[in-house]
Amino acid sequence: MSLDAGAPPIALDPERHAALARVWATPRGLWGFLTTVDAKEIGKRYIVTGLVFFVLGGLLAAAMRTQLARPESGLIDPDRYNQIFSMHGTTMMFLFAVPIMEAMAVYLTPLMVGARTMAFPRLNAFSYWIYLAGGVMLYAAFVLNIAPEAGWTAYAPLSGPQFSAGKRSDIWAQLITFTEVAGLAAAVSIAATILKMRAPGMTLARVPLFAWSMLITSFMVIVAMPAVMLASSFLISDRLIGTHFYNAAEGGSPLLYQHLFWFFGHPEVYIIFLPGLGMVSEITATFCRRSVFGYPVMVLALLTTGFLAFGLWVHHMFATGLPRLGDSFYTAASMTIALPAGVQIFCWIATMWDGRPRFGTPMLYVVGFIVTFVLGGLSGVMLASVPLDTQVHDTYFVVAHFHYVLIGGAVFPLLGAIHYWFPKITGRLPSELAGRWAFALIFSGFNLAFFPMHLVGLWGMPRRVYTYSAEMGWGGMNLLSTAGAYVLAAGVAVYLLNLIVAARRGPAAGPNPWGGGGLEWATSSPPPVYNFGMTPVVEGREPLWLGEELPVLDGLDERTREVLLTSVSQAKPTSREGSPDPSIWPFVTTLATSVLFVGSIFDEWWVVWGSLPVTACVIAWFWPKPSHSRQVKRRDSGIPGAIA
Amino acid sequence: MIRPALRMASLSVAALALCGCRGVQTMLDPAGDQARQIDVIWRLMLWVCGAMYLLVLVFLAWALWRARRPPLAAPATGPTPAEPGLERGLAGWAGLIVAGLIVLVTASFLIDRSLAELRPHPLRLKVTAHQWWWQVEYEGARPDQLLTTANQVVLPVGRSAVVELRADDVIHSFWIPNLAGKVDLIPGRTNYVALTPRRTGVFRGQCAEFCGLQHAKMAFDVQVVDPAAFDAWRGRQLAAAAPPVEAQAALGKQTFESKGCVMCHRIQGSEASATVGPDLTHLMSRRHIAAGARPNTRGDLAAWIADPQGTKPGTPMPRVALSSEELNAVVAYLETLK
Amino acid sequence: MRHRRRRLGLAFGLVLALSAGCNRENRNLDATGPETLPGLVAVSTLKPGPARGPQPPDPRGAEYEGNAQHIANGQRYYQWFNCSGCHFNGGGGIGPALMDSKWRYGGSMDQIVASIVQGRPNGMPAFGDKIPEQQIWEIAAYVRSLSGEADKLAAPSRAEAMRSTPPINNANPQPQTGDSAAATAGPNG
Repeated sequence: MSLDAGAPPIALDPERHAALARVWATPRGLWGFLTTVDAKEIGKRYIVTGLVFFVLGGLLAAAMRTQLARPESGLIDPDRYNQIFSMHGTTMMFLFAVPIMEAMAVYLTPLMVGARTMAFPRLNAFSYWIYLAGGVMLYAAFVLNIAPEAGWTAYAPLSGPQFSAGKRSDIWAQLITFTEVAGLAAAVSIAATILKMRAPGMTLARVPLFAWSMLITSFMVIVAMPAVMLASSFLISDRLIGTHFYNAAEGGSPLLYQHLFWFFGHPEVYIIFLPGLGMVSEITATFCRRSVFGYPVMVLALLTTGFLAFGLWVHHMFATGLPRLGDSFYTAASMTIALPAGVQIFCWIATMWDGRPRFGTPMLYVVGFIVTFVLGGLSGVMLASVPLDTQVHDTYFVVAHFHYVLIGGAVFPLLGAIHYWFPKITGRLPSELAGRWAFALIFSGFNLAFFPMHLVGLWGMPRRVYTYSAEMGWGGMNLLSTAGAYVLAAGVAVYLLNLIVAARRGPAAGPNPWGGGGLEWATSSPPPVYNFGMTPVVEGREPLWLGEELPVLDGLDERTREVLLTSVSQAKPTSREGSPDPSIWPFVTTLATSVLFVGSIFDEWWVVWGSLPVTACVIAWFWPKPSHSRQVKRRDSGIPGAIA
Repeated sequence: MIRPALRMASLSVAALALCGCRGVQTMLDPAGDQARQIDVIWRLMLWVCGAMYLLVLVFLAWALWRARRPPLAAPATGPTPAEPGLERGLAGWAGLIVAGLIVLVTASFLIDRSLAELRPHPLRLKVTAHQWWWQVEYEGARPDQLLTTANQVVLPVGRSAVVELRADDVIHSFWIPNLAGKVDLIPGRTNYVALTPRRTGVFRGQCAEFCGLQHAKMAFDVQVVDPAAFDAWRGRQLAAAAPPVEAQAALGKQTFESKGCVMCHRIQGSEASATVGPDLTHLMSRRHIAAGARPNTRGDLAAWIADPQGTKPGTPMPRVALSSEELNAVVAYLETLK
Repeated sequence: MRHRRRRLGLAFGLVLALSAGCNRENRNLDATGPETLPGLVAVSTLKPGPARGPQPPDPRGAEYEGNAQHIANGQRYYQWFNCSGCHFNGGGGIGPALMDSKWRYGGSMDQIVASIVQGRPNGMPAFGDKIPEQQIWEIAAYVRSLSGEADKLAAPSRAEAMRSTPPINNANPQPQTGDSAAATAGPNG
């Protein structure tokens, strides 16, 4: 790869840069840390926190695998084991997978679409803080022996008031509330950025595929999250004040919980998966020196997947005794979603076939993704069939399937993407040798860990068991899985160490070390705090590959924070808008909201009294100011007391 | 620890190569109509999905092979000469996927329909799942011929059975992989599963929906026997337990009836008639105790009674204070319950 | 960066300190206390003869009373062992109400356990031989929660059953009124 250490295509002269950087800067010290609204700062924090939860979830998995390596192992007692697997699932699904994809989007979206920052920067900051608060609450609960114990799905009535004593399932339900508010806030911000803040000329047909995937994902988040909020709120209500939503004896229904949960739960996995697809597209295009084959088909596939994902949820409930004809509809829908995924796989391989692939570390992850995700997707087609599902549902076959699609389909692209954009984020190159070693360990460890699970599932081993009998013959495969898990853990350790060491001592990266074509490579590495000194004008899908100099637009105000808004479809400039200064209100609102959420685990009156400080914070946050254009006019006419 | 582990690992890989498909709790060794039909769709899926996977890998390998071509001067942004061919390939691939999915959906639907067919005069069972044991009842011709047993299902070969499934507390799942798919037992709801065994033998079922602390140890024995043997078994099970003759067993019966055992268990022919816990009238006819957690031997029985929490931590069966003499007597009594 | 690390360390230490004593959430899967039931337990405030000092309460009382798992188990045994047959869901009927603030033989954990173990006049059976000790303590913990005397955070809101009373964890001790008072009046008035 070329260590393109030349000047970035968009750069300001030093005086303008210093002035603009001052306008967009985050204050120093603790105050700056708490008040920043810089999407890059927030994005970096979000990514690092997400990776911390990934490691914690992985350690929990290592504990589980160690327990299951031998039959009748007495290492972990059933109560602790139930907490561990519930924490593992909850961490990975709610504290790692969705947030880290949104985190990558928070950092990258403004850069990819040519904007100075995200839309709704304070909401973005709030999203991070409330996510962190939820994660801290969950792990504090784990230390205090009140971690959830009913699985990441927490089915009623097992998670209900009679069968889940104490506050454990309440902690789970409130974690949902925290992370779902965080997810919604980030999704709104991302969608608004992609729709309204694109560089002029970036029509919808020229939007990068990662941005497309994040746009669709954001809408999925907005539609899906309320269902799980209902499911968890009804659960809290049953547990705290004795309502009967899930109490069959009083007219409620345990199946209501499952419908509400899975109406969210199935789109959730596509929320995790779709950003990965976008990342694969970006990496493939750059490393194959060819724009992705079949762009319109790719976008349609993403859209179709996003829509279809909402029509599949009953396939998680095939064993519950619902009417079989209705189940068959979900079989057909679940199999149908293989079509857009299959088409996309063709398009990526076609890009590699027709392009000139170079196998840098990110591209290795793309190949790993294809090999792994397709296998997982095919086991998913198997699971879509009702009769077959009644045999393998709730066995290790399903565990193997979803790890193949989630790790293969989301984590591999994510690891490749972090390696790929690492030079842009930090300005330093990670070691290619360490990157390859990490990939080798991760890929081989993953397959050694999870492929045998298909077999033990077919051989009858149910999931969520803290031990199994020696006479069942599952010990050998379980031991292999545990060995694979350790190899996978070693790979992840190498991967993270590579990044940590490179962040401090890696060689300097230029603006475009991989030779990519997107707008993010048009600015320096790391980008200046204002992203782009001048607004790029886009004339193709890969603006930096058009061969000519990148046209730019100048004229955004350089004495206040100002961003350019463009039209949704044709990206014609429509207006100039102000962008908020750093603000303490997102952080303070998080504190107040956390008090409300955590208090209401213990007493329902916290919902009432806790909402008063939250209201006060929100009022302070949204206190009206004169509009941006009026402020600029006042300043320019020299009215005293106007903004500086 | 390492050497036996390595030995086990290499044996397992060898077993994998020979397809370790035989087993008492595996869907790969169907012994009943329902499992056989599901096996059909499993094999179809394996072939179709395997073929598709192979195609993807071949295309990928081809693309990787072509990577050895010389690099381009500038990246390709506009349409390349290969695009029309690739577009045709894409259309063909999409068509192949659609065709494959139609085949699989149709096959799945047809098999599902055939599984739902009702067969005449099935044997009727009722299973109620508790945390963490199975209550099994067989209806008879007359109300007094209701047979109650626990953690055990015996079926006559060749005859259809319909199992009515209910749950007493949380959601469980009834699953005998060798015979049929699983069906959940949901509080407030009655589900049904049909079983038509075609081969005699011994199998194992296990709870397949996470139900709390001892979900891992909630299994049950399944025996498929000839119709004559089934009727004989049923006759024996309907009979009450005869009072024990031998002195130690008689002392055991007395202990059983005066200590905590009588609060939860039922032994027909004795004073114990509680239905909270498993019916023990014919305990010795079962291959395992404690829902599959221990084999049914004298030592295991004593260990289970002396310290239930040691075998199944969290089980509602308490440790009843018994002296060693009382414990031996109770075990001797239980051993008369054939 | 350095003060951030120090702050994290403080937070972690605080969390560890808090984890030291949270009896409510313990899950003691193998509780085998001493095999003796509480000794002489006063069942009334009337004492014949010279005044004797009060018995120290059995420490197990505190352990069982505030523990959510024990109360949940007690809720189950209350149904299984047919306490509801006479006491219904706490409102009483054949037996006295357990949801109110009137305790004929005392309402502390020791006293409730003693009542269950020894039986009481007018129809309360003696369960001492039959129900193992740990389960009796759990039932007593549940009974106390019925009248709102237990830790509200440890009590469940309801069972997965039909319910005719407000949530248990919001229970307030109800004073006895009217007919039920007359029906359950015993020799002690």
